[in-house]
Amino acid sequence: MEGLVHYAYLISAVLFILGLRQLSSARTATRGNITAAVGMLIAVVATLIKQEVVGYGIIAAGLALGSVAGAVLALRIQMTAMPQMVALLNGFGGIASALVATAELLDLRPEAGAAGTPFGIVSVAIVLATLIGGVTFTGSLVAFAKLQELMRSAPIVYGGQQVVNAVLGLAAVGLGVVVALDPTAMQAFVGLAALALVLGVVLVIPIGGADMPVVISLLNSYSGLAACAAGFVLDNEALVISGSLVGASGIILTKIMCDAMNRSLGNVLFGAFGAASEALAGSDQQGTVKAYTPEDAAIVFQTARSVIVVPGYGMAVAQAQHAVRELAEELEKRGIQVRFAIHPVAGRMPGHMNVLLAEANVPYDKLVEMDEINPEFPETDVVLVIGANDVVNPAARTDEKSPIYGMPILNVDQARHVFVIKRSMNPGFAGIQNPLFFNDNTMMIFGDAKATVLELVEALRQLD
Amino acid sequence: MLDDPANALTILVLSLFVGIEVISKVPPLLHTPLMSGSNAISGITIVGAILAAGHGERGLGTVLGFAAIVFATINVVGGFLVTNRMLAMFRKRER
Repeated sequence: MEGLVHYAYLISAVLFILGLRQLSSARTATRGNITAAVGMLIAVVATLIKQEVVGYGIIAAGLALGSVAGAVLALRIQMTAMPQMVALLNGFGGIASALVATAELLDLRPEAGAAGTPFGIVSVAIVLATLIGGVTFTGSLVAFAKLQELMRSAPIVYGGQQVVNAVLGLAAVGLGVVVALDPTAMQAFVGLAALALVLGVVLVIPIGGADMPVVISLLNSYSGLAACAAGFVLDNEALVISGSLVGASGIILTKIMCDAMNRSLGNVLFGAFGAASEALAGSDQQGTVKAYTPEDAAIVFQTARSVIVVPGYGMAVAQAQHAVRELAEELEKRGIQVRFAIHPVAGRMPGHMNVLLAEANVPYDKLVEMDEINPEFPETDVVLVIGANDVVNPAARTDEKSPIYGMPILNVDQARHVFVIKRSMNPGFAGIQNPLFFNDNTMMIFGDAKATVLELVEALRQLD
Repeated sequence: MLDDPANALTILVLSLFVGIEVISKVPPLLHTPLMSGSNAISGITIVGAILAAGHGERGLGTVLGFAAIVFATINVVGGFLVTNRMLAMFRKRER
């Protein structure tokens, strides 16, 4: 029977790899998700038939409770709240691994006391699972709170923050060594677990909302690594293989996000980006902006042959995606070509804009990646920027002093006309002023994204 | 099998490489579903949770194991379902 379980784990590991592979292509993605889910089911069933598993009552209760909660969460969540949802699920995976390691430590303690010898790999793995799992849990909760706007999404910084964090980190490492050498040191273990939870909080609070795509992909990676460590605790290859698969894929995604901002991971994590530059905002460039009404803008749109829409986090906040789709249809009815330019870090998680526009029924062949669409801007009549700021800031190309200098951007300023829908002239989340707004070919339409786009649609209809 | 450090390291390193290779060329369109799908896979810790809760002894370890099962199950069920929901949105316009 035990031998069978190992084969079952092997099958589920293969299904996870196939599932991930299929998830990386639009044609097979749905199948990939189901493949991975089947892999999970096989792993769970195989575990249930293991000899040492006897307490079925408590297992059934836990599975039932978790399934209902997970299903309700997944089926009721709004698409605009997807970043929070992913953050929360990452956190739950992390804490589960930490709890598994803790439970295992409690089980092993009596034997260790008798033998008086360290556990080697197992005790190191207990330390790592607790540390990574704990950091993932509270770090994800802070990310959740920031995304849900339960707390300020701007970086929270204070004097000596780096020093405090470094001391906490070193203390955690120190306690980790103590526990790894002597797993019976219960006080050290409790201290380690508590420090892990504190570290998760202090490491994420200085990271601003605009950097959330990086944080979420990194926490995704951590939740996998925590599961991997828990696998070493339990001598269970299913956890080790699947956990490290997720850990590695999360790291890749993190790197893609960092590259899209031309910043190092260290800079994102410890740079408190956007907190210090507030003093700069506004002092950089003053000029006059041209404010247009939706009615005036509609006239320009009507005469265009090609329009590119650039969505950003503001579109998500205003829930404007359905209005935007309506506008696109209205324009297409007039024979105007409409495409959407998607910056890799637009929004609050990797792929955020794609999900929102898909929800609004925008065909995904109209969503064009940055590298593909950038050469098209000079030939484009009208660009409409909705709630995006830093990803269209030409200072990233031209101003060496700008904090975002070097970040690849969408070159919307090269289009013939640029309309920017924005609530006010306040700088974006990074607190950096945007020279785009002062360009001769830029026209601002001030207002809520959803209301403004709907007014634009109405104005277009009036023109007929 | 993992108590031998050489075996353990071999499995770990190979799995990491497979993870990197499988993901490297994913289009931005699929970043979110890929993330939430792989997030659901990290819920594999549910296996550990079942082992921790199910060995029949009553004690703190079992309580922690129970909590771990609940969290991991939310991770697994919520992760796969929400990914499926998202991908259904991507698909419905293919027709």
